[in-house]
Amino acid sequence: MSKNRKFYIGGFIVSLFLAGIVSFYASSSPDGLEKVAEDIGFIETAKDHTYADGALADYGVKGIENERASVGVAGVIGVIGTAVVAGVFFKIIARKPEKTKR
Amino acid sequence: MHIPDGFIDVPTSAAFVGLSAIGVGAALKGARTQLDDKTAPLAGLTAVFIFAVQMLNFPVVAGTSGHLIGAALAAVLVGPWAATLALTVVLLMQAFLFADGGLTALGLSVFNMSIISVWVGYAVFLVIKKILPKNKSSVAVAASIAAAVSVPAAAFGFWIQYVIGATGTFSDSAVFTSMIGIHVLIGIGEAIITGLTVSAVLASRSDLVFGWKNNQKALEIKNV
Repeated sequence: MSKNRKFYIGGFIVSLFLAGIVSFYASSSPDGLEKVAEDIGFIETAKDHTYADGALADYGVKGIENERASVGVAGVIGVIGTAVVAGVFFKIIARKPEKTKR
Repeated sequence: MHIPDGFIDVPTSAAFVGLSAIGVGAALKGARTQLDDKTAPLAGLTAVFIFAVQMLNFPVVAGTSGHLIGAALAAVLVGPWAATLALTVVLLMQAFLFADGGLTALGLSVFNMSIISVWVGYAVFLVIKKILPKNKSSVAVAASIAAAVSVPAAAFGFWIQYVIGATGTFSDSAVFTSMIGIHVLIGIGEAIITGLTVSAVLASRSDLVFGWKNNQKALEIKNV
């Protein structure tokens, strides 16, 4: 396996591991902005998310009761989805137009 | 620091959609000049890694958590233009698939994290790198310091938006103190994760790292 391939596959596996396994152990306390909004009071002005009932809302898969599995599967879907979207997107960005080559 | 819908009024949110569109448009152009077939996959992997690590909230102080933004990390790994794009891709995935970050607030969040945090982080990185000796550990240290500053920078962006268009009527100065205070602390976590990640990539594939390549280019010019 080339050094290049090894590096990218390694990075991808680390990301899968973090989003699929480690994510279960993440702190569930409110994040900085949420905490400030709670303390000061403007949390009341927040509206529900448009996709609050979506299949993957809040990093959980609807229908999977086990919390560890739910967040893990959501994380894996997110990593693969981001890899596909970002991979295709940056490939297009990096493609040099034929005209400028001449 | 994903802003939910409702915190900031619609006109302000719309204005920041415009500003973010200009910034991302510029990044689309800029990234074409900085990315090539060799570095494009790293930009993709950077987005993937940031998505994964953003799921890992770490405790900060009692009852509060924080997670990586990844703006300085991305700027050092793939350059600021591609970093803006990578962060934007992550924010779009999170908002549309995972209901994280309001849809009408997307312009606000993109502005804070994909633009302000990336460019402030990159500027700090360049300044620190200049004063330190020219070696790999300096690049990692400069990236860490840049990361530490990039988080309160994004919080400052939110504060500006709050001052312009908050729907609530709470004191601007209280929001400033709390937002900057807590995000300085979250910035410490950001600095650690960024430093470790940049060191790891430098150790295995330094030839791909934007913030290190430039360093070598500068040296080559001096040597001539």
